[in-house]
Amino acid sequence: MATEAAELVFDEATKVYPGREGAAVDHLSLTVPAGEICVLVGPSGGGKTTALKLVNRLIPLTSGYIRIDGRQIGDYDVTELRRSIGYVIQQVGLFPHMTVEANIGTVPKLLGRPRSWIKERSAELLELVGLDPSYAKRFPAQLSGGERQRVGLARALAANPPLMLMDEPFGAIDPIVRARLQDEFLRLQREIRKTVVFVTHDIDEAIKIGDRIAILREGGKLAQYDTPQQILEHPVDDFVADFVGRDRALKALALRTLGELELSPATEDGLPRLPADTSLRDALALLIAERRDALVVVSADGAPLGVVKREDLLK
Amino acid sequence: MIGFHEAGGPVIPNFGRGTDCLRNNHWFCPSWVRENWGDTLQPALIQHIELTLVVVAIGFAIAFLLALAGFRWRFLDPPLGAATDVLYTLPSIALFTVLVSITGLEVITIAIPLVAYTLFILYRNIVTGLRSVPADVLESARGMGLTRRQTFTKVELPLATPAIMAGLRIATVSTISIATIGAFFINYGLGTPIFDALGVADIFRTKLLAAGGLVILLALVADVLLSLLQRALTPWSRTR
Repeated sequence: MATEAAELVFDEATKVYPGREGAAVDHLSLTVPAGEICVLVGPSGGGKTTALKLVNRLIPLTSGYIRIDGRQIGDYDVTELRRSIGYVIQQVGLFPHMTVEANIGTVPKLLGRPRSWIKERSAELLELVGLDPSYAKRFPAQLSGGERQRVGLARALAANPPLMLMDEPFGAIDPIVRARLQDEFLRLQREIRKTVVFVTHDIDEAIKIGDRIAILREGGKLAQYDTPQQILEHPVDDFVADFVGRDRALKALALRTLGELELSPATEDGLPRLPADTSLRDALALLIAERRDALVVVSADGAPLGVVKREDLLK
Repeated sequence: MIGFHEAGGPVIPNFGRGTDCLRNNHWFCPSWVRENWGDTLQPALIQHIELTLVVVAIGFAIAFLLALAGFRWRFLDPPLGAATDVLYTLPSIALFTVLVSITGLEVITIAIPLVAYTLFILYRNIVTGLRSVPADVLESARGMGLTRRQTFTKVELPLATPAIMAGLRIATVSTISIATIGAFFINYGLGTPIFDALGVADIFRTKLLAAGGLVILLALVADVLLSLLQRALTPWSRTR
């Protein structure tokens, strides 16, 4: 497995639990390009977590294939496979008897990295996930929920895996901290460019985090696999439309910014002004609140770039 | 019964030549303790400590192996738990008596029941400790690629330490106390001066109190030392 990012392919991947009616994951086929975040989302019973755990063989495949950079997961030694995949779970699962540094160093230590390497790497990762280096010597019981999940992320990244599996990593964290962790995770991902499979039941989180979203319906069937924009604007059926919500048009607006629109020349006469990186959703909210029909888009230093009418936002 | 007690100090105090304190058989005469420390109390104390250490060490070794089996193969846990439970139920005096007929009047006659009694508490605590590891911790260990053996040595065993140490504390303290009763049969440990003191016409009060006090002191010191060891071994549980 390469240390950069790996392409992940589900090829007719199926999981049937013996003695249970129907499949948990049903002939799932999708490709996650290297360096992208694929979010698995859907109602409970959709098999998202099962699909995730098929990848690191915590759950064995019933039939079909999963390939990482072209090599079937069954061809790896299972221990070697798991050590080369970062794994983050909702309850974090930090080892309570180990310091933060020892937790982060778990896999590198198994891989025979020297102590000095682990020390350095853990300091580097703590900084990357936004924690002070002084956290290295603390125990998990001394951390808040958000801090624990940051350490969990750092631990998963420790051996620089080309693929990360994240199972509702921010699910148990309060909304304000969750939003901050999501933002920081996206910033981090821009630096590290891992291939990520991310499970959530929260469609808003999926839209925010995912480069692509796979919506699974009950029985582990793939309903739609597409970019957030496509899913919001062109849901393939009623199930997907229902799942993304009645406000999907607004959610789609939240994905685009004023800077992406064609602007008409600036003829400003006391119109509201908004920076170019404002989302269309926020711009529309402002126009409604101020009862206006148009606004002026300005650059970061405040120079007017052009005018946008209300109907331009809704095109 | 008195005939068994030959070693260790005057069985019948010579009230005629002793201090006032001894002549009046007061509850505590420091001068007697000073004079009889070297040839009565100290040897008995050392015997008691040695017996306790050997019994707890052997008991722990056996209980640990049994617990490993009961933890690894779940179907073994109920029968093993029940077996150690039955041993614990047997009255000590009865067990000592039966063993005298088999192993004779040797120290081993006391040691065997004492070891048997430690098994129950140690077995339960070790198995419970190993089982108490949270599911999310085990899942992350598996997901990160720890083998079964690594999960045991690096995660389950260290996390079971508080429960194991708690079991060791109880086992040690109860061994110290039950070992005293063993001297009813065999002259060994601090029970000997206690039964000696009880065996004379008017009860040798200062000897009784000195030896009994040493048993209590020994139990307290052992408990404190083990709790300090527990703290040293589990730095993570001191936080927060």
